[in-house]
Amino acid sequence: MKNKAQTDPVEGMSRRKFLKSSGGVALFIGASGMLPHLISCKDSNALKKQLQKHPITAWVQITEDGEITIYNPAAEMGQGSMTSLPLVFAEEMDADWSKVKVEFSPQETDIYGSEGWAPGSKLMFTVGSRTTKSYYPVMRKAGAQARYVLLSSAAAHWNTPIEELRTEDSFVIHENSNRKISYGDLVPYLSMPETLPDLSESDFKDQKDFRLVGREIPRTEIPSKVDGSAQFAIDLRLPQMVYGVLERGKLNAATPTLTNEDEILAMEGVLKLVPFDYAIGVVAKTLEEALAAKKSLQIDWSEAQASGFNSQDIYPEYKQIADSRKKGDAIVELGDVGQAMKKAAKVYEVDFKNDYVYHAQMEPLNAVIQVAEDKKSADVWVGSQQGPDTKLGVPDLVGVPPEQVNVHLQYLGGGFGRRSMNDFVNECAILAKEMAPLPVKLIWTREDDVSYGTFRPLSLQRLKACTDAQGNISGFSHCVVGDGGRLVTSGARNDHYDIPNQLVEWRETSHGIRLKHWRSVGHGPNKFAIESMLDEIALDQSIDPVDLRRKLMAKSPRALATLEKAAEISGWGSPVAEGRAKGVAFVEHGSMGTGICEISVDRNTGNIKVHKFWIALDAGVVVQPDNVKAQMEGGIIMGMSSVLKEQITIVDGRVQQSNFHDYNLLRFQDVPESIETAIIPSTEIPEGVGETATPMVAGAIANAFLKLTGKRLRHLPFTPERVLEVLNA
Amino acid sequence: MATFRLNINNTAQEVEVAEGTSLLWVLREHLGLTGTKYGCGIAQCGACTIHVDNRPMRACMLQVDNVSDGQKIRTIEGLSVNGTHTVQKAWIEAQAPQCGYCQSGQIMQAVALLEENPNPSTEEIKTYMNGILCRCGTYMRVIKAIELAANTQST
Repeated sequence: MKNKAQTDPVEGMSRRKFLKSSGGVALFIGASGMLPHLISCKDSNALKKQLQKHPITAWVQITEDGEITIYNPAAEMGQGSMTSLPLVFAEEMDADWSKVKVEFSPQETDIYGSEGWAPGSKLMFTVGSRTTKSYYPVMRKAGAQARYVLLSSAAAHWNTPIEELRTEDSFVIHENSNRKISYGDLVPYLSMPETLPDLSESDFKDQKDFRLVGREIPRTEIPSKVDGSAQFAIDLRLPQMVYGVLERGKLNAATPTLTNEDEILAMEGVLKLVPFDYAIGVVAKTLEEALAAKKSLQIDWSEAQASGFNSQDIYPEYKQIADSRKKGDAIVELGDVGQAMKKAAKVYEVDFKNDYVYHAQMEPLNAVIQVAEDKKSADVWVGSQQGPDTKLGVPDLVGVPPEQVNVHLQYLGGGFGRRSMNDFVNECAILAKEMAPLPVKLIWTREDDVSYGTFRPLSLQRLKACTDAQGNISGFSHCVVGDGGRLVTSGARNDHYDIPNQLVEWRETSHGIRLKHWRSVGHGPNKFAIESMLDEIALDQSIDPVDLRRKLMAKSPRALATLEKAAEISGWGSPVAEGRAKGVAFVEHGSMGTGICEISVDRNTGNIKVHKFWIALDAGVVVQPDNVKAQMEGGIIMGMSSVLKEQITIVDGRVQQSNFHDYNLLRFQDVPESIETAIIPSTEIPEGVGETATPMVAGAIANAFLKLTGKRLRHLPFTPERVLEVLNA
Repeated sequence: MATFRLNINNTAQEVEVAEGTSLLWVLREHLGLTGTKYGCGIAQCGACTIHVDNRPMRACMLQVDNVSDGQKIRTIEGLSVNGTHTVQKAWIEAQAPQCGYCQSGQIMQAVALLEENPNPSTEEIKTYMNGILCRCGTYMRVIKAIELAANTQST
């Protein structure tokens, strides 16, 4: 015990004694499933140091003046985790929200991970719109544990049975004796219960008693985002910091040969050249010097797998692959589609296509890393969606154990899937190791970010559907041709359409192009194909598109409720202004929703104008309703941007776009008059909302276009040129 | 290297950098005014919008050589003490930001708009703001925030 105390004063000291001796100011309560740790210390800086030294599990800190700090384990990239997760915790703790401060938790998976990605695992991974869903039970339990410690401490202090106590807004109350004590005032009396009950669902608050969850609570980090003080990794400045940039070329996997090394090294401020397999790195004293050197690099590039690949010429080949008798990987097989097609009264077959799109997160990729002089530890400042490896690959690159890498998570200037890949962090780690102990800020220019982007794959969807003699859809086959596995197949399933025979199949291609999850992943192209196909069938059968879906959703009441609600708020079926039409699309991506838009088309320019968008959403329990609406608005805008404007093209393996002058994003003048969201009340577990709206857009617009013009848009994006081509065909 | 004198947020600043250095790098990397953001470097996204003599400008396109210390540079940090400018308050009320990266540029452009035109129509707002990109898609709320700020100013 004595020896341990020397190396580990917190663990080694009797908790009770420790509390008494220091008249504590802080309470730390452990992660769910672990016993709480109580620590106290007058000096908060000393406490912080102590915490840095010792792996103490901690979700919350309370001070004597009642200030509560709750730790957020998820990345904040605008989706609101900095509020939603602490809010769930505070709800169960019965904390006074006005006294709550939120900080990022340390990036320590064992303590702060959740099982949201695989049962039994612990990951900190802000992807797939799963943050609220996966952390909801974790935060409830941890919050309820915090409340239990407060209750049991008050019970001991007053010598009352714990069952007679209740909590409200940071107070413990004993009605029988008319006593109440604030959480802050309770700090000196905090004591660690011998055992913690295994709290579970039945111990948590009933939804009807929620005071925070489901209310209009402003996001905690927004004030810092209106005065310029919110810190992104790119904003970091450290003493003696130097700047790193890489020249990566436009052809993925091409290897560089630098031909003017001496000239570059002689340039003002240049400190080092660092060769990579696929790039040349430059480190300089200032950013402008690093950029000037980058511009002056003379590099011979090799050819690579993508050489000769022209993205816009590939579709005939994709059609041949779809035509081929050689089957791909079956993703879904339900019933017997082949038999259904043979017995069908009518068969429909349509190909849909989509070009590459780019993330275009507004903060270009960057990181700051400092490797210690002895190269035995590293500090990383980064905006990351985290990952299966919470240390982002840095330990192996620097050659230190994971516990010697301290990741300081910063706000993300947009993620959208791009920041769940750590290529940029790894590059910075390699430069920082070379430059140790100088901290290195690595910045990708926007041109780097586009040209060496990782894109949502180009793909082709061949859909075949058939109807039986009664006109019911009896078979539905969805063949995806493209590179990237789940990147192209996600969203091809139909979980809410009752079609007895279904097949989803993936036929693989490979072009050596960098690919990545892009907000809603394969759902964008696949829901476009599915929802457009349904409207083509509805048109052919002279059925209203909402009626057709109503029939298909008969066995999915939650999906159907979103359809009915969207139809209601959009006035579906009532007359539409001359020259306009409405279109509908349904999407499930965790949460489920129906989107309806109203559009018009300029037949001279080919410009599609989206006037209004309505969404009805079932996301289970909604933690922050206004934030969910913001996600719907943002998701629709990003969807419109990708559907109407965005296109990466490849010629001879080289990305043709380089910045926002030739990669167009939706701007203010293109926004709809309104985006209205109706949230369906629910007591079900929360589901993600970040990626449900985006994939509604293509189908809803294409279906409105079909209604308005009788013509079919089957290739994303619907640029004015393509629209004119379709109109004039 | 040369020494340049600048008037930023009513404070005289001196910086020693290479001639031709962009004002954006001077603000962010040399002076630590990191509220102004780098997004594209070619005046296509507006994340670096600042005011020079009350006119909105893209800092990435200005070279430090081209700004004199007689010109007043205003950045997001100089807009108000503690984020209390009418436009900033309206931004919070509308819960406009998501990731927040573009919002300094949005706000600086919006402040310039309302200084020029205190009661803009929605169409005027869209036209004036068109050069400022937001990938999170906060446009609807930015418009709402500007309308809120205009209403607050006029009452």
